[in-house]
Amino acid sequence: MDLLISLVINGLATGMLIFLLAAGLTLIFGLMSVLNFAHGGLFIWGAYTGVWVFQMSNSFILGIIAAISIGLLLGLVTERLIVRPVYGNHIQQILITLGFMLVLQELIKVVFGPDQKAVFPPDILAGSFIVGDIVLIKYRLFIIAIGILIFVISTIILKKSRIGLIVRAGVMDKEMIQSLGINIKLVFMLVFMVGAGLAGLSGVLHSVYSGVIYAEMGLEFSILAFIVVVIGGMGSFSGSLFAAILVGLAQAFMAYYVPALSLAVNMLLMTIVLIFRPQGLFQVKG
Amino acid sequence: MESLLELKQVEAFIQHYHILHDISFEVPKSEVTVLLGRNGAGKTTTLRTIMGLNQVSKGTVRFKGEEISNRSTHQIAKRGIGYVPEDQGIFNGLTVGENMRVAMKKEDEETTKRMEWVLELFPDLKKFWKKEGGQLSGGQKQMLAISRAYVNRNDLLLIDEPSKGLAPIIVDKVTESIQQMKEQTTIVLVEQNFMMASNIGDHFYIIDDGATVHHGKMEELKEDKITMKKYLGIA
Repeated sequence: MDLLISLVINGLATGMLIFLLAAGLTLIFGLMSVLNFAHGGLFIWGAYTGVWVFQMSNSFILGIIAAISIGLLLGLVTERLIVRPVYGNHIQQILITLGFMLVLQELIKVVFGPDQKAVFPPDILAGSFIVGDIVLIKYRLFIIAIGILIFVISTIILKKSRIGLIVRAGVMDKEMIQSLGINIKLVFMLVFMVGAGLAGLSGVLHSVYSGVIYAEMGLEFSILAFIVVVIGGMGSFSGSLFAAILVGLAQAFMAYYVPALSLAVNMLLMTIVLIFRPQGLFQVKG
Repeated sequence: MESLLELKQVEAFIQHYHILHDISFEVPKSEVTVLLGRNGAGKTTTLRTIMGLNQVSKGTVRFKGEEISNRSTHQIAKRGIGYVPEDQGIFNGLTVGENMRVAMKKEDEETTKRMEWVLELFPDLKKFWKKEGGQLSGGQKQMLAISRAYVNRNDLLLIDEPSKGLAPIIVDKVTESIQQMKEQTTIVLVEQNFMMASNIGDHFYIIDDGATVHHGKMEELKEDKITMKKYLGIA
């Protein structure tokens, strides 16, 4: 039983990290049909900047704020300079955002150096609780709590506020929302920035979770986020949470029971979903 | 009479296809101007071009004296043009109430009054307020689309084929609603149903192969059997 609970917590923590990265990605795709492969670059900049500020200030909260801030800033730059000129052309979007991802990745090496860096959790989140026979690692519980908090806040904004209503309507019909006098490009820029901020947050949280950061981890982790977006249904916010948890749990269980399949299980899940439900598990109503 | 909207020798492409060749017409204030023509003549493209959803490649579109050709769609809408597209443009995943809320530019007293007025006109919308747009019937969707365009104080409404695919009894209801709206705003109506168009319209323009080829008063067209046969295929 304790093993099962440990695996579930591992899976949920990984799932929440992927969700934070995928949430922005799915809204960006749903709202403007933009395939943003630079998202992994925003993740890695969030990771390095957050860790640097955390280590310099010894405050993890400041590190988190720095990671979100660099995400927001780079999100603004990416949307205005990289994505805006290629709206409506998926091939150009893939090429230019993938290229920008590599630029961001190499810039990390220039600014922070090419070597891997070890990262340790802040004292308050280090260690674990023991409940009966079960060991609960504090930092993993923290990630799950942050993931749930972000999902709840985002859902309230999407469901209850006017900007949320506009974003949901924009995902369903971009032309109509513009015909109602709403500047969809401005809305998209804001969503892009928020998505990039979440990618930055995911980056810094993941750094402490994995205990090491390196420039290439952005690309590796963003592939997982893309898988989650496809499984959850492109443009579906709830779908990305569900799919992220599914992928996280599948990875955690496979890593323990069938380690050889732990990397392939995500692709396998995506393939099954694409065969039986090509639109993803949660389809956005057009 | 003063023109609210004026198109002069407008041309437009969709991808590489030259759809509008020479569209020119004027829309007088407080009247209903009907665009008539066969399927594929360019009526819907004309409305989309006015809204900025298609680019104007040549010619000018002026609204309240100001050139709006190739402005962004949201800027055109903000100047006071409401649009009901051919496919109604309902946000299927939003409730009726949310569809109305997202359309409201302001939440002032006047908008509230207009909202009350449309809900009185279309009681079904009130009844299904919390139902998702995607679950409404074709007629209810059309009522919602028209209400959404009307709820703001727009100077001009562009309505594209409101009778399309609707049962005759619903067409009568929609006709009645547009007749009531014409008391308060200027309307450009694209309509294949000649009976409906002639009941509502004051003026008409016929579009054929992407060009305006004939215009006049609606009353005159009813008597002009040759023009009706030639351009509209009505015997």
